[in-house]
Amino acid sequence: MNAYMPYVLCMILFCIGIYAILSKRNIIKIILGVVIAEYAVNLFLVLVAYKIGGRAAIFSETEVILPESMVDPLPHALVLTSIVIGLATTAFLIALAIRLYGKYGTFDITRMRELRG
Amino acid sequence: MIELYVLLGLMIAGAIIAVEVKNLLSAVVAVGIVGLGLSIIFLLLKAPDVALTQIVVEIVAVILLIRATLHRDIALKSCGSRPFGALMGILFLGLAVVAAIVTFSSGLSPFGEPLMTVSRFYPMNAISGTGATNVVSSVILDYRAYDTLGEATVLFTAVIGVLTVMRSVGKKKEEDLQENNE
Repeated sequence: MNAYMPYVLCMILFCIGIYAILSKRNIIKIILGVVIAEYAVNLFLVLVAYKIGGRAAIFSETEVILPESMVDPLPHALVLTSIVIGLATTAFLIALAIRLYGKYGTFDITRMRELRG
Repeated sequence: MIELYVLLGLMIAGAIIAVEVKNLLSAVVAVGIVGLGLSIIFLLLKAPDVALTQIVVEIVAVILLIRATLHRDIALKSCGSRPFGALMGILFLGLAVVAAIVTFSSGLSPFGEPLMTVSRFYPMNAISGTGATNVVSSVILDYRAYDTLGEATVLFTAVIGVLTVMRSVGKKKEEDLQENNE
């Protein structure tokens, strides 16, 4: 089970984010939960790609580096895309929160009466 | 890999503080701990490109969040919980633990031994195929360039969305015009 320990810690981080999304009333806290969950998912993908004793996926002119000794480069490339998209969605969420504050004067979602279904 | 565990523990502590602290500005700063610790972990995991991107993105996200929280109600009372949401949260956590046990016991390879069935191709052929010494940039800019194009599309769509949501000039002018006509 020790071999899975980083995955378990990463899942704990994800669960903290999900808990914040589900149980908090303040919009900023919900956004922070989304951000934390997103970081945990990115971290999980990079953890999966790690190879013990591996080196960064960069070749060198002065040194012979075998492709077998590298960590997995494909999740790194995909996580790079995912991080930037995460920033874009976070910025949009914050813009919506600022507009909601301007309209209702509070960040508390239970006090935004007109949004109730 | 003891430093990995130390940093992960620090990130979990920062996340708990960010979720539970009353002051919104302190919560945003605690999320900054999580993001910067994440970038150091990326460096430890031999992903320098991802670490650089993470630092930039984290700083921009913290600046935006501070922009949202500064001078607004850093009210102590509006940070409470929703009982139903907390119940659903605990239910979800239970489901997540069950899913994790199923995943760990049935096929996820242990930490430090990546599967490499698909991605063995990229380090083997990066130099001869694309001429790039950095395999990650050869993937995002050559083999999977359409992914990067889609990323840029999403980014600019989000920018347009933010500008549309945040702008208040056009609406006011219209109202003024209507008042003048009346």
